[in-house]
Amino acid sequence: MREELIVSGRMNHLIDPQLNIWHWQIPLYLFLGGLAAGILFFAALFTILGKEKEYPTAVRIAPFLVPFLLILGLLALFIDLNHKLYFWRLYTIIRLQSPMGWGAWTLMIITPLSFVWCALNIKTIFPNWNWKYNWLIDLEAFLRKHVIVISWIILIYSLILGVYTGILFSAFNARPLWNTSILGPLFLTSGLSTAAAVVIMMSKNIHERHKFARIDLMLIGIELFLIVHMFMGFLASAQVQIDAASLFLGGPYTTPFWLFVVTLGLAFPALLEFLEIKGFKMPVFIAPALVLMGGLIFRFVIAYAGQASRWLY
Amino acid sequence: MRYAMAVDTKKCVGCSDCVVACQTENNVPIGFCRDWVVEVTDGTYPQLEIEIRSERCNHCENSPCVRCCPTGASHYAEGGVVLVTPNKCIGCGACIASCPYDARYPHPDGYVDKCTFCLHNRVEKGLDPACVSVCPTKCMYFGDLDDPNSPVSKVLKTRKFKTLIPEAGTNPQLYFLI
Repeated sequence: MREELIVSGRMNHLIDPQLNIWHWQIPLYLFLGGLAAGILFFAALFTILGKEKEYPTAVRIAPFLVPFLLILGLLALFIDLNHKLYFWRLYTIIRLQSPMGWGAWTLMIITPLSFVWCALNIKTIFPNWNWKYNWLIDLEAFLRKHVIVISWIILIYSLILGVYTGILFSAFNARPLWNTSILGPLFLTSGLSTAAAVVIMMSKNIHERHKFARIDLMLIGIELFLIVHMFMGFLASAQVQIDAASLFLGGPYTTPFWLFVVTLGLAFPALLEFLEIKGFKMPVFIAPALVLMGGLIFRFVIAYAGQASRWLY
Repeated sequence: MRYAMAVDTKKCVGCSDCVVACQTENNVPIGFCRDWVVEVTDGTYPQLEIEIRSERCNHCENSPCVRCCPTGASHYAEGGVVLVTPNKCIGCGACIASCPYDARYPHPDGYVDKCTFCLHNRVEKGLDPACVSVCPTKCMYFGDLDDPNSPVSKVLKTRKFKTLIPEAGTNPQLYFLI
């Protein structure tokens, strides 16, 4: 049998024998970023559609989580940097070719906007809130007058943030598993789905819960469709992509992916949400909690499996 | 100007002198290397062939590491040499993940480090890179591809060669004579 044996004298830490440069910080950030993007997307969308009163949790309450999610995510990103004191270099240049570059700028824009959104809805949480200073009251009135414009900006930037979480990976042709443009829409859909799950968890309004259960069902359907297409693409592609897919088709990531992401994180909660819409009494927390868990594990699996996939030479 | 290097796989004996010379010349931290030796044994016993390659950063013309760097720390310097500016590097690891050759590593000081073709410390002074100059079998050729009389141009005209993973689309500038 013809065999090829490769012996390399290189043993650089975190590079060999297998790339291990990104750890828990990156998938955690991608999860938090996608979730924040999804929550802001729904808040902005239903404001533009004039349905704030119909979906109060999605528009007014869930967005209060976003600044915390983003700050936590940014903290994770910061911890990930090896040359931390130079992080400000991200903001001395605009590099459109670098997904991490424009991702950093997107965060720079959307994080303050999430604070603005909370400020506009602060009286929902604290009915006696007083801005104290006249200029703050004037500023709030000005922003409220232009809430539709702000909503459109948030809508667009939330989509960019959601897609970016996937494109960050898909831009690397060195890692065949990541190098599929489906990851952008797939991560966006997953982020929207986890956001819908959070709204279902927080909402006390059955009409809103059912609406978001329907939205989540649709998003889970899209996710499953994209996952199937991702594997079809890999298996119809070059050897390195076939090898990448085999990490999930009998390889070390088979169980985490198909059991925890696809079955328990997508298919099972979809069934529970379907039954709830059909009028069965379901515990409110189980389906959304599973969706959130599935979304988090999904990002961990893709981050680690991607680093295990490579070109052979 | 286009700096490139050619390594003769028929002459290389895998002694690792190039690795040690680089570590010494460039103060490479202990445990890391900017260049390394790969031995590939191929075939069916007893018809086996061995290829020995001294590998390093390919200084690609279409470098994914330069493209994905969010701060511009990874850049093309004189002659297309790919360099990292340490005080612009945030250590995000994007370039490391983007390199199909895994030629980069995180320096213990935080920034990302890699082969520089000894551009500033030797080549600009008219010397060959450290690895080329110490090679006991003289299996490495360095120079400017735009200059037809440079050692690398001459050897690439007369010998068959290959590059590593050309299908990755990076247009590597490290050639292997076969």
